Amino acid sequence: MITDEQREEALNTPTELTFWTWVPDIQNEVDLFEEAYPAISVKVENVGQGAEHYQKLRSALEAGQGAPDVAQVEYQYISSFVLTEALLDLVPYGSDEISGDYVEWAWNQVSPGDETWAIPQDVGPMGNLYREDILAEAGIDEAPATWDDYAAAAQSVKDETGSYISNLGATQAGQMIGFMWQAGAKPFGYDGAETVSINVNGPEAKQVADYWTGLIQDDLISVDVDFQDEWYQGLASGKYAGWLTAAWGPIFLQGTAESTSGLWRAAPLPQWSAGEQVSGNWGGSSDAVLATSENPIAAYELAKFINHDEESAFRLATEQFLYPPQLSVLEDPEFSGQQLEFYGGQEVNALFAEISETVDTDFEWLPFMDFVYSTYGETIGTVIAEKGDIAAALDEWQAELVDYAEAQGFTVE
Amino acid sequence: MSTAPALDDERPSAAAPRKKRRTSANQRKLNRAAYLFILPFFVIFTTMLVIPLVYAGYLSLFESKLIGGETFAWFANYARAVQDPDFLAGLGRMALFLVIQVPIMLGLSLFLALALDSGRARGSRSVRLLVFMPYAVPAVVATLMWGYLYGPDFGPIAQIARSVGFGTPDFLSPENILGSMMNIVSWEFIGYNMIIMYAALRSIPSELYEAAEIDGAGQIRTAWSVKIPAIRPAILLTVIFSIIGTFQLFNEPSLLNAIAPDAITNSFTPNYYAYNLAFINQELNYAAAIAFLLGIVIAITSYVVQLNEQRRERKERSGA
Repeated sequence: MITDEQREEALNTPTELTFWTWVPDIQNEVDLFEEAYPAISVKVENVGQGAEHYQKLRSALEAGQGAPDVAQVEYQYISSFVLTEALLDLVPYGSDEISGDYVEWAWNQVSPGDETWAIPQDVGPMGNLYREDILAEAGIDEAPATWDDYAAAAQSVKDETGSYISNLGATQAGQMIGFMWQAGAKPFGYDGAETVSINVNGPEAKQVADYWTGLIQDDLISVDVDFQDEWYQGLASGKYAGWLTAAWGPIFLQGTAESTSGLWRAAPLPQWSAGEQVSGNWGGSSDAVLATSENPIAAYELAKFINHDEESAFRLATEQFLYPPQLSVLEDPEFSGQQLEFYGGQEVNALFAEISETVDTDFEWLPFMDFVYSTYGETIGTVIAEKGDIAAALDEWQAELVDYAEAQGFTVE
Repeated sequence: MSTAPALDDERPSAAAPRKKRRTSANQRKLNRAAYLFILPFFVIFTTMLVIPLVYAGYLSLFESKLIGGETFAWFANYARAVQDPDFLAGLGRMALFLVIQVPIMLGLSLFLALALDSGRARGSRSVRLLVFMPYAVPAVVATLMWGYLYGPDFGPIAQIARSVGFGTPDFLSPENILGSMMNIVSWEFIGYNMIIMYAALRSIPSELYEAAEIDGAGQIRTAWSVKIPAIRPAILLTVIFSIIGTFQLFNEPSLLNAIAPDAITNSFTPNYYAYNLAFINQELNYAAAIAFLLGIVIAITSYVVQLNEQRRERKERSGA
């Protein structure tokens, strides 16, 4: 354990830290940190978003120099860096003291065992954003409560308005895994050493696959590639009457489909059984301290401050629109009570705060998610685009993942 | 070899050694200057080409796993590559690209160069600029632009096709994507190749034209029998560049993958495959082997083309 004296000393010694992140304007929160600890200066560097960021991080680690002290890491990538012993266990630095301040499942994402590998920054519990006007035109007054209702609604929307009730991005592994998460599937597991479990074609996953195969083959759901021009246009033009997305979606959509302001509403995901309240997660990231950092105490304090300090966390949630995992922000009426005009004045944040508590706490990732996502596109993505049988593609995906894991020396359970 | 007689002329005479000794100090100084001038080239050549190449070759002999680390594997990666259906399919795709796209592109470049050179095209300067302009657009931008033009819902081509009742053409389907990509690459490089050919055309001595005219050759005959043979080295140059460029296609597949993920696999082109192996699958060693093999394929293809051309030249010369 780090003593208070050590911490005191580290925070008062002139130090320079490097922080790799792609969060826009995070300098604002870093400024707060530098104000609180004037001896420490932080260099914020954006080396690219997502895959690009990880590639550079891996290259720097491989090269043995140039890696930052603190880096943004999405939850699903944490284990791949744990595998190469690139991350610092934060427990000796006092991370247990703050573990209770976060939504439980989010904390489990950064702390799957006895160690803690990062501080949660934002999360993406999933919900349903939909166009109230289009659904009303199809004679539907309320957001569908179950997946059966959703399929029936999809039929009415298609018949009455010509729109699709939503779009399933052909290669959006994160979204599909979120649906599996909601259905109770446990597709991945990792013991932190050499054993992984892969089960992407279990009964729950197949249930999800069959459901979407049906909707796609009946042409009730479109399968455009998301986050591309065509898709943005589709959201703005009413081609899709909804978007099953994560908590970061509402603000994102607000910027994308400005012209449809006021017509959207938010609701929880449809449920597999009536009366249930379960959701999955899509996206979200954390800040981790690299094991190579020469100033681990200061680096930990930075990662913690950004995502834990009241003002900093609140600003991340309200200025950068990162959906917070911190209970204090979620419960803050100034955050949850925000009435968004885009959603007809609905308190969308409060809704997602409720949803956040219905996410299964126990969900793990494989230590090679780059490969998992890329083969998802090759197997499932192709089948979705060609309107084939997704469940059959799950078997193929399973086989490829097991092959890869074994070739890489893992024991597969 | 045409240089052989020239060498014979310089065969050292009896007086030469004495002369050489007298200027040797001067000569040495000159030599030193020459080395100094070419030194930067060799420094860059070594650091940017030779060392990475040797390093890649070295890497390709190892096998590394996420669990278990790195082991020396001899040529296991190469053995795997020559049996890898993904790699071979990528090579095959590029070979197809080569035999279809390159002749079309170079044919059009040649036609444009000849048209400009004939002096009959009006406003030739602005035409030249217009045709060349796409080359000035970075490949990334060009691909993004064409990606938008190809779009099935809001792309202008599809919208026009729909409005005149032709239905929606699907440029991004697995069947059509190779053709769509050929179009992008042609659009980018027709102007570039045209400029090379045009420059060669401008350097043909005008006596040849006069001779052709006296023999009664018209424009087309002159182009076919005088101009094209005269710029054959320039055309060969564009062919070699195109071979290298084709096998190395990377920007187009990697960007189009975002909008046509089902049509473009991770191994669509060998280069893109090597990239994905290295940075997605974390199989650096195997990627190095793929890159090395790709280099060999390119070298062989270029060499065969060059050899063929030389043979033909020799045959023609001895025939004449």
